[in-house]
Amino acid sequence: MPSFAFDGSPVPFRDGQTVGAALVAHGTVSWRTTRLEGRPRGLFCGIGICFDCLVTVDGVPNQRACLVRARDSSAVTTQEGTGYAAE
Amino acid sequence: MSTVVVIGAGIVGAACAHDLARGGADVVVLDRGPVASGTTSRGEGNILVSDKGPGAELDLARLSRDAWLELGDELGRDPMELEEKGGVVVASSPEGLDALEGFARSQRAAGTTALDVDDLRSLEPHLAPGLAGGVLYPEDMQVQPVLAAAAMLEAAQRHGARFVPGADARGAVLDRTGRLTGVRTGTGEVIGADAVVNAAGTWGGEVGARLGGAVPVLPRRGFILVTEPLPLMVRHKVYSADYVSNVASSDAGLETSCVVEGTRGGTILIGASRERVGFDTTLDVNVISILARQATALFPFLAGVNLLRVYRGFRPYCPDHLPVIGPDPRVPGLFHACGHEGAGIGLAPGTARLITQHILGGDGVDVARYTELLPDRFIEQEA
Repeated sequence: MPSFAFDGSPVPFRDGQTVGAALVAHGTVSWRTTRLEGRPRGLFCGIGICFDCLVTVDGVPNQRACLVRARDSSAVTTQEGTGYAAE
Repeated sequence: MSTVVVIGAGIVGAACAHDLARGGADVVVLDRGPVASGTTSRGEGNILVSDKGPGAELDLARLSRDAWLELGDELGRDPMELEEKGGVVVASSPEGLDALEGFARSQRAAGTTALDVDDLRSLEPHLAPGLAGGVLYPEDMQVQPVLAAAAMLEAAQRHGARFVPGADARGAVLDRTGRLTGVRTGTGEVIGADAVVNAAGTWGGEVGARLGGAVPVLPRRGFILVTEPLPLMVRHKVYSADYVSNVASSDAGLETSCVVEGTRGGTILIGASRERVGFDTTLDVNVISILARQATALFPFLAGVNLLRVYRGFRPYCPDHLPVIGPDPRVPGLFHACGHEGAGIGLAPGTARLITQHILGGDGVDVARYTELLPDRFIEQEA
């Protein structure tokens, strides 16, 4: 089974699965913290509307985990705040 | 005690309800939908003096600005996200800068603080290089309009006002002399009133007509782009000098001028387009790309930023681009407070002061300074 790296650990996925689906199937339900209060967030709407499931994929923040397809080579990381280092 | 029915629970209706209830009126607010469901939730939250030349609208903007600061003291700035962030108007060409500086001189003569800017990028470090110059307007402010409308409506309710959502104002109830004594709603209920305030925003023309006092308020569609949340990149309200001429324009076609600002939540809002297409909500990708192109010309970093969404609203405009505020001479008891175009958020509290003065009297604002805004200007034209 292929896998991508999530914060350095392998997460297996089936071909065609999204990053969000693979994370949830793997037992991970939160992969972001909110900007102001640092609260945990994961999938909410699951269809690309709510922007709650944001994740950093290959260094690019604010990707919707529910839409991004899992890829073998991807490095997925937990997103803190806006995902951009503060100026 | 006088009973006042306010039609519209947008920013203007909420401000009127709050001011009238505080002044001792028995207030009932009707809206066909929930709070802030029309244009109030489809704009940016501008409280601007910078885009206004001398005249009644600038006077109203100044009155409103003072009233916003008082509201901030009374209701708290944080819950409304009220910020004295200041506005920066930028000109890309030397000719544009000449025109902007000329406009700023006329504003200074009317009491507006307009400061020359030596180094734009010391104010806004991420602005594109090579812009001709700009003017800083420290009095410009920003507010989150939905939060502000809700806060004012809640405050009105603490003063005894009643809010009836889902109530469409269908028609007037008149006495034998033709005076308005109540409003009939969609369910057939009649709500008695000594005065009725038409604060229906873009739908103010229609509501006025239903009550026997039509006013020429029409929709002008505007799109706004919302970026992903970012760390602080844009500090002021930053807009291009053509915004002022576009607002004042009477052209029916598409006009766009760049307005960029950050919000408390970290998103950046990019406006502003104006076009007369009636109440057509179709998403126009061409307009979106023009706005995005203009914004990236001003702030190049935006080219690498994701958009979360786009929304659009209908700015309520009158033919002369001034709001219509005051008693309708055709229907005693009817007062208009609508047609603020893209300035309704900023002008709401001052509008409420005028309406309260018209209805309850007292020694508040000098309404004689605002005769330019009375509905009479349209009625005389009709006659």
